Amino acid sequence: MKENIISINHVHFRYPGQTVYALKDVSLNVAKGEWLAIVGHNGSGKSTLAKMLNGLHYPEEGQVTICNFPLKDEFVWDIRRRLGMVFQNPDNQFVGTTVQDDVAFGLENNGIPHEVMVERVKASLQRVGMLDFLNQEPHHLSGGQKQRVAIAGVIALQPDIILLDEATSMLDPRGREEVLRTVRQLKEEQDLTVISITHDLEEASRADRIIVLNKGSVYREGTPEEIFQLNEELIKLGLDVPFPVKLSEILRLQDFEIASNYLSEEELVRELWTSNFKK
Amino acid sequence: MEKMIFGRYLPLQSPVHELDPRAKLLFIFGFVIVVFLANNILSYGILAVFTLLCIYLSRINIRFLLSGLKPVIWIIAFTFLLHIFLTKEGDLLFNIGFLKIYEGGVRQGAFISLRFLLLILVTSLLTLTTSPISITDGLESLLNPFKKLKLPVHELALMMSISLRFIPTLMDETDKIMKAQIARGADFSSGPIKERVKAVVPLLIPLFVSAFKRAEELAVAMEARGYRGGEGRTKYRLLHWQGKDSAALVLLLVLAALLWWARS
Ligand SMILES: Nc1ncnc2c1ncn2[C@@H]1O[C@H](COP(=O)(O)OP(=O)(O)OP(=O)(O)O)[C@@H](O)[C@H]1O
Ligand SMILES: [Mg+2]
Repeated sequence: MKENIISINHVHFRYPGQTVYALKDVSLNVAKGEWLAIVGHNGSGKSTLAKMLNGLHYPEEGQVTICNFPLKDEFVWDIRRRLGMVFQNPDNQFVGTTVQDDVAFGLENNGIPHEVMVERVKASLQRVGMLDFLNQEPHHLSGGQKQRVAIAGVIALQPDIILLDEATSMLDPRGREEVLRTVRQLKEEQDLTVISITHDLEEASRADRIIVLNKGSVYREGTPEEIFQLNEELIKLGLDVPFPVKLSEILRLQDFEIASNYLSEEELVRELWTSNFKK
Repeated sequence: MEKMIFGRYLPLQSPVHELDPRAKLLFIFGFVIVVFLANNILSYGILAVFTLLCIYLSRINIRFLLSGLKPVIWIIAFTFLLHIFLTKEGDLLFNIGFLKIYEGGVRQGAFISLRFLLLILVTSLLTLTTSPISITDGLESLLNPFKKLKLPVHELALMMSISLRFIPTLMDETDKIMKAQIARGADFSSGPIKERVKAVVPLLIPLFVSAFKRAEELAVAMEARGYRGGEGRTKYRLLHWQGKDSAALVLLLVLAALLWWARS
């Protein structure tokens, strides 16, 4: 059992003036160094949970601990420095007038000395492959490039956790792949914990673990294989099952023998073209 | 629109481009005062030569600069005419019925128009040679002493830089909404003025709604990235005051002295 970097205990939360709970008795842990995907239908409370992890909301009841800091006013800035967030809309989180100014924004806020800042801006942009765009203005960048700059802004602060709140949902397939590849690389290079909130079960299938939220509560938790076994249930929850899983299911109905639930198209293709040899 | 030079930045390499934005701002501020010392042909001549020197040093094509002045030419011409007809000083030059033109009027008109022209030329040099974000940095740094008087200098500078950052984004958005409305049959380019103004409403409302949504998301993102006001913040962009910046201001003093000597 690995050490928990985030623990959430019986958390309840309502938006001011609302009677329904946006989060109802949510309990979950995040292990250090894991890639956790959080999925759920629209309005299931994913963004609310994400914002809580960043101290943008406080729980009404229950406790949240992040990197050994309890979620309280006095620690909120320490928490924000250790947990970096990338939001959905690439445009609405780009603060600087140029790429380098934007990466420096978080560093400036944290009072990092100028010389350190210059180094970190370069190093972070290098790591997301955007160093050549140092002086570029945001409206000359693609969505995927803007998200990579946002990631550079996050890693410049050397956080322990990166939280992506549907960071790829407004991107085209290429931009999406670009961004995910960048995050995967960063995670491998250093001991990062990644929480990715997503609608895209394809993306979630690459995680170590998936948590399904439904109407503000944790509905299921498990490895991608376990979660995709649920199949019909996921569809009922308003989620879209990845194509290979759907196809396997249909093939099984046609009396094809498919051993397990393949999450990637490649694996399924291999299973299919070798299936005749096994007979 | 293409020819507008106000607020445009031309990223060239020149001694003027390399000056510290604070030096340029102070220079302009001083120049605006010094211009008023000129009051005769000699002093206006000195001023004109000085302005040409500035333009030369900025490496900006003078034709480009003058063609960009077209929108203000009318104002200058109007000022000139106003002085010609209304100033009644000196010898009478023309007398065509009710129209009396005096020598003093022509002189006044020419001087004031020239003064106006020179001011516009020099101030547009500021924006042409300094990127908007540098101007913001310069203003923030110059206004810093006023923090003691509770002037929210950091906030003003941040507002300016965020506006600069979002202008192109909102322009793109306007364009998109406009096309969407045109696709639905809206007509922005023909018809009586009243109709055209009406057509703008369905353009502005979505634009405002989206701008507010952007603002809200941006505020959340800024907070998530650790923004908590100007306290304890360091700066990524640093300004370096160098010898040439002091030299520029000395040059301005020399001009002032010359004008003082030349004026009558
Ligand atoms: N600012 C707010 N004020 C009041 N209620 C809100 C606010 N933001 C969200 N809610 C409500 O809280 C619930 C959870 O919203 P949340 O944004 O967390 O959902 P989500 O899972 O992120 O959905 P999506 O997939 O659309 O991003 C929803 O019922 C939503 O209507
Ligand atoms: Mg959301």
